[in-house]
Amino acid sequence: MMKKSGRARAAAFGKGLYLALILIFLYLPIFTLMVLSFNEGKTMSRWTGFSMRWYQEMFASKTIMDALGNTLTIAFWAATIATIVGLLACIGMSAMKERSRLVLMGINNIPLLNADIVTGISIMMTFIVCGISLNYGTVLFSHITFCIPYVILSVMPKFKQLESHTYEAALDLGSSPLYAFFKVVMPDIMPGVVSGFLLSFTMSVDDFVITHFTRGAGINTLSTLIYSQVKVGIRPTLYALSTVIFVLVLVVLVIVNILSNRKEKAK
Amino acid sequence: MALIELIDISKSFDGELVLDEFNLKIKENEFITLLGPSGCGKTTTLRILGGFETPDTGKVLFQGEDITNLAPNKRPLNTVFQKYALFPHMNIAENIAFGLKISGKSKEYINDKIKYALKLVNLSGFEKRSVDSLSGGQQQRIAIARAIVNEPRVLLLDEPLGALDLKLRQEMQYELIRLKNELGITFLYVTHDQEEALTMSDKVVVMNQGYIQQMGTPEEIYNEPENAFVADFIGDSNIIDGVMLEDRVVKICGSVFPCIDEGFGRNKPVDVVIRPEDIIIGKPGQGIMDGVVTSNVFIGVHYEMCIEAGGFEWLAQNTTSYPVGTRVSIGVTPENIQIMHKPQSEDEEAISFDE
Amino acid sequence: MSKKLFSGPFLAFILCGTLVPLGVIAFYGFTDRSGAFTLENIMAIATRNHAQALGLSLGLALISTAICLLLAFPLGLILKDSKLGKKGFMVFVFILPMWMNFLLRTMAWQVLLERNGIINIVLKALGLPLLDIINTPAAVVLGMVYDYLPFMVLPIYNALIKIDNNLIEAAYDLGADKMLVLRKVLIPLSVPGIVSGITMVFVPSLTTFAISTMLGGGKVNLIGNIIEQEFTVGSNWNLGAGLSLVMMVFIIISMALIEKFDREGEASMI
Repeated sequence: MMKKSGRARAAAFGKGLYLALILIFLYLPIFTLMVLSFNEGKTMSRWTGFSMRWYQEMFASKTIMDALGNTLTIAFWAATIATIVGLLACIGMSAMKERSRLVLMGINNIPLLNADIVTGISIMMTFIVCGISLNYGTVLFSHITFCIPYVILSVMPKFKQLESHTYEAALDLGSSPLYAFFKVVMPDIMPGVVSGFLLSFTMSVDDFVITHFTRGAGINTLSTLIYSQVKVGIRPTLYALSTVIFVLVLVVLVIVNILSNRKEKAK
Repeated sequence: MALIELIDISKSFDGELVLDEFNLKIKENEFITLLGPSGCGKTTTLRILGGFETPDTGKVLFQGEDITNLAPNKRPLNTVFQKYALFPHMNIAENIAFGLKISGKSKEYINDKIKYALKLVNLSGFEKRSVDSLSGGQQQRIAIARAIVNEPRVLLLDEPLGALDLKLRQEMQYELIRLKNELGITFLYVTHDQEEALTMSDKVVVMNQGYIQQMGTPEEIYNEPENAFVADFIGDSNIIDGVMLEDRVVKICGSVFPCIDEGFGRNKPVDVVIRPEDIIIGKPGQGIMDGVVTSNVFIGVHYEMCIEAGGFEWLAQNTTSYPVGTRVSIGVTPENIQIMHKPQSEDEEAISFDE
Repeated sequence: MSKKLFSGPFLAFILCGTLVPLGVIAFYGFTDRSGAFTLENIMAIATRNHAQALGLSLGLALISTAICLLLAFPLGLILKDSKLGKKGFMVFVFILPMWMNFLLRTMAWQVLLERNGIINIVLKALGLPLLDIINTPAAVVLGMVYDYLPFMVLPIYNALIKIDNNLIEAAYDLGADKMLVLRKVLIPLSVPGIVSGITMVFVPSLTTFAISTMLGGGKVNLIGNIIEQEFTVGSNWNLGAGLSLVMMVFIIISMALIEKFDREGEASMI
């Protein structure tokens, strides 16, 4: 057996302690909300018994459910459209000269590097200057705008790795350009497209700042709803909402992790 | 006294025994090579010497002093890593100066040493170059320079030529021999390439499954393999079942061959090793047994042929070509027949060795 | 048909969603309500309120970035070294909170920190002095660290994990001790990760208004809050746009400084 010196053991203990402390820091707030979400009473200072009351109230609340619906549909459409536009852009850019491509990639990075607040304000001002009133569509447009860069950043590297001769080989063997693209090119860039879509989807769901400025008065996403509710006073329905979101995120990510692990092992 | 002594070293990873009661003595100013297939424990031995692994049991002595638990940075030896491990964020001079700065040498001393080391590895004037601008062979030389400026008593080399192409590899082999002679220090070299081992070493240690299979000069290892593993691993050979009829007479495939080995007893089954270049091909009836050529490939200097004779497919090399289908005789001069004990058990397959 | 045409929709989005809006914000920043050119909105940063808010924003962003870095680097080192078997899983655990809505995470701290919040309830029960940091800059820094720590951990870990263990062993082999390996090998080689971690924490911290609203209770006014208010409450767009431009300049300056430090750091490694 390995003999460990006292010092090595102390070091290992120190490292473990450090990890544990950071984990507590990261998860204690989340678990606190989870516990409170099952508290019968409205005040957090006293445990008045277990109850699903806040969950019922949350699911019955039209405001929350509407916001949830908006969040999901906006994320879905923004991610879908951004993925299509981004993919087409990559096809186009791969046919361009190095210089124009670099310029476009530089501009593509602006929304990523810019502060969200500036992006949000500038798009909002543009809409209003053009006489377009803020609604669902303006939110969707701005989400597509900030999602496209993520798609391009995930897909473009795949295009660079692409073996250009396989496409030519397919043409040489008599396939049409379209057929060659879907049969030969697509399978190679698919991982980039999928991760671009997923990244866009999560970015859209998570976004608060840009939505906050471009949403107008009529509509809410979960983020803007939470913000406005917290400002007037936290209701325990938000604890229930946090719990549901955390569990959902956990489940989805665990599944994604398991799937990607399995894929790697298969390789 | 030996410079380095490994005593009863055992080491396992995840329950798998990699070294089992391993013993080795390394003398001053020796080019010693650990040779074996991957997983034989040679790299682990090197890493234990370098201080990157601690053996589960056993001791490492340096000039009689126990250094088993000494940290790598305190050991009087340096390593040339398999993939060079040059620091990518430093230029060549900074890489070479790394160890010297730590030991607090003066600026002039360091500069002189860098110049000297670069000259030694034939890369003078490369001080300011970046690591990525160098080819594999050049990076290799810098890795060696970085190690030797610290004047280690022993230089550990972990398959340093593995990533180079064939021609460069051969060039570097001569370079390493020259370096060792110029520096006058001990080189401990790890490789799975038998040609490298035979070309450069003063002493070769053939390892398999955590045991030493044979230890000796390259000539001894090649000409007198002690067991079937060594014979098989070092070059091509015919390894045939035989029976030692009496001293200096062995029966192979029904024919009787004179040999020079003694002391195996009477009618004892043995393994017989015959190198392909030692097989003499002649007209039918002129040799010890007759056979038919079944394949013939020209591989450069000579032809490599398979000859079916006495129920065994003999591998033979000859500068004269015998077309497939030719009836030939084969013979071997007695001193080219190497007789080995048949291993009686697993344990004996790995012959324990004391110098 | 040229393949280049496929970029058309992308170009349209760049134009309408990025370039024109930047033009609009620049136009508003440099004009007054009547549309005449003025530097007033830019110079407004010099007024006491605005300068204080910018200074506070820079200060808090700097502090929270530094704390994130100090927490994340050792964490990355431990994760790199750990033989905890499923390394990927450990890393996953540390960045998981990143995927949860940051407003909810910030709200959680509000619940914990409030005067009658969970932490004080526990402290009171234990007879310890109460923690009174809600609605102070300290609470805002805590929120920033909590929200953005995963953004520091991830790039640093990715940079550290890429460092070949042979390099570390080579440094030991050449006589370096632990501190020297850290200073000469681990830190220099993880600089790209550190730089992107700093950017990913510093920029959102500098520009946030949500965290300061939720944990600062209106008492901690950051530059983000002031800009946001100009558009939602005050509706002086010209002033808001002008201050945004100033803020952008500060972001660009700080990014340039980080870049410079990055390159200089590399140059003066030895």
